[in-house]
Amino acid sequence: MDAMVKSQLKRISTQIRKDIITAVSSAGSGHPGGSLSVADILTYLYFKEMNIDPQHPKNPDRDRLVLSKGHCTPGLYATLANRGFFPVEDLKTFRQADSYLEGHPNMDKVPGVDMSTGSLGQGISAAVGMALAGKVDRKDYRVFAILGDGELQEGEVWEAAMAAAHYNLDNLTAFVDYNGLQIDGKITDVMNPEPIADKFRSFGWNAIAINGHDFDEIEKAVEQAKSFKGKPTVIVARTVKGKGVSFMENLASWHGSAPKKEQAEQALKELDDYLAGL
Amino acid sequence: MSDKIATRVAYGQALAEIGGNENIIVLDADLSGSTKTDSFKKKYPERHFNMGIAESNMMAVAAGLASCGKTVFASTFAMFAAGRAFDQIRNSIGYPHLNVKIGATHAGITVGEDGASHQAIEDIALMRSIPGMTVVSPADAVSANALVKLAAEMYGPVYLRLGRLDVPVVYDAGTKFEIGKGITLKDGKDVTIIANGFMVHKALEAAEKLEAEGISARVIDIHTIKPIDTELIIKAASETGAIVTCEEHNVVGGLGSAVAEVLVKNRPVPVEMVGVEDKFGKSGKPAHLVEMYGLTAENIIEKTKKVLDRK
Ligand SMILES: Cc1ncc(C[n+]2csc(CCOP(=O)(O)OP(=O)(O)O)c2C)c(N)n1
Ligand SMILES: [Mg+2]
Repeated sequence: MDAMVKSQLKRISTQIRKDIITAVSSAGSGHPGGSLSVADILTYLYFKEMNIDPQHPKNPDRDRLVLSKGHCTPGLYATLANRGFFPVEDLKTFRQADSYLEGHPNMDKVPGVDMSTGSLGQGISAAVGMALAGKVDRKDYRVFAILGDGELQEGEVWEAAMAAAHYNLDNLTAFVDYNGLQIDGKITDVMNPEPIADKFRSFGWNAIAINGHDFDEIEKAVEQAKSFKGKPTVIVARTVKGKGVSFMENLASWHGSAPKKEQAEQALKELDDYLAGL
Repeated sequence: MSDKIATRVAYGQALAEIGGNENIIVLDADLSGSTKTDSFKKKYPERHFNMGIAESNMMAVAAGLASCGKTVFASTFAMFAAGRAFDQIRNSIGYPHLNVKIGATHAGITVGEDGASHQAIEDIALMRSIPGMTVVSPADAVSANALVKLAAEMYGPVYLRLGRLDVPVVYDAGTKFEIGKGITLKDGKDVTIIANGFMVHKALEAAEKLEAEGISARVIDIHTIKPIDTELIIKAASETGAIVTCEEHNVVGGLGSAVAEVLVKNRPVPVEMVGVEDKFGKSGKPAHLVEMYGLTAENIIEKTKKVLDRK
């Protein structure tokens, strides 16, 4: 990847991380950990990859993204806002009763949200439906889905995986945000879903393992997914839960709790320092 | 009036008849011979997808298809639609108000020999509690055919409750139906019997017998439980002063409850309910089960007399 492009993407994902902190701390609740871990993937998809137009969020020919791990709205909303779908300022209204920024994605209220999610396991099925519609209509839009690694414990994920392979949905690319953590602790302690890539392969998918914070690797994997014919692709992206905020990294306790005011200030300062060094 | 056809058969026929509409996609979960979506599949194989025995996935796949502009019919037994996939129907279809029609066949105890595990008697209660969901339970093949087509024409989620058993045809071919509008099948002044599904036929039978005893019973088919025809129900309560409801569903949360909700808020009159008395179904011949569970004209007559005593 071009160095200029890469540094631009880093700048954007850092801004998105800052906005995640702002949204969650204004709300006093929400899910920073998994939002921070998926921020680079969202940045790459929305700023480099996807065929989308913030002026026409419902264009039938657009690429689609389903955040199957729907609790990570801070990440999705911060990305959509920075991409121009709605004012960044509105992130401060996240989770408020008079705001359109629902705690979990709502496709009717939030511009740019392609599917309402929140009940884990369902988003990937909806993405399969979108990819199937693309095949029926012979359209060339692509569908992306983002799963949590804990979410893989839902049986429905594997029902969807079977269906995607059965119908040769090579227009579907799923990411697994492989941060190793869920609410009650390590995924391997709670209910081990590993080996993740092998499981998808045995379900008939093309599987690629990458570092989910490395834009070169994300780009390479997405390009490979696009050129791979006949099978859906899963990109198992190793990530750090809480990435970019030192005191949140690799801690399950930051899955679903908001930073206090001073903590948010410290997080923003760390991210600003990182931005300054770019 | 002598023909007997299952409403699931009418569902399959209606799908095949409207299948020329390229926007329609039909999903099934390894039951297309039973749900009768195979009649659509024969004509339009490229728009019929078997999703395997994975009903939860099927419902959310239907949501994804609908989000891309498709009119989707997702079919399986009522038990595995409303029951197994409640969360998917609620969150992926109902909450975003997507254009998915749930073709739920084999509803109620008339499933017969398969027994309680396959006899959904809770599905209407579950489905009508979802905001924005339209819930339809046709009485016969004529109304089922028409209501399936009307469901396809309207935008939004619809739960279509269909039966396995061949049931008498009560409507003349060509009868006009409207989703949300009940139909008065017989006028009467002493009491109103409100029914849906195959119980409409039983209600007519009961009304005829009551007539012979000098009791004038009105019979209304409330094929749409949601949105319910409030006006027609209030009018019946005002004019006849007593109501009996009849359904092949648990008396908790179904048609009886929906009618009672209308009455208590608008025009309280005595109500008696005929339905499955809060117990599970069982194996047996449908005709035998119908007797065992009191889904009979005799029970309707008994409840009618009871409600008249309370007037
Ligand atoms: C069906 C369902 N069950 C439970 C939950 C509650 N829940 C929200 S997030 C979460 C853990 C998710 O962990 P993971 O998929 O690893 O997400 P990430 O680490 O990326 O945040 C749980 C159990 C839910 N939203 N949906
Ligand atoms: Mg995780």
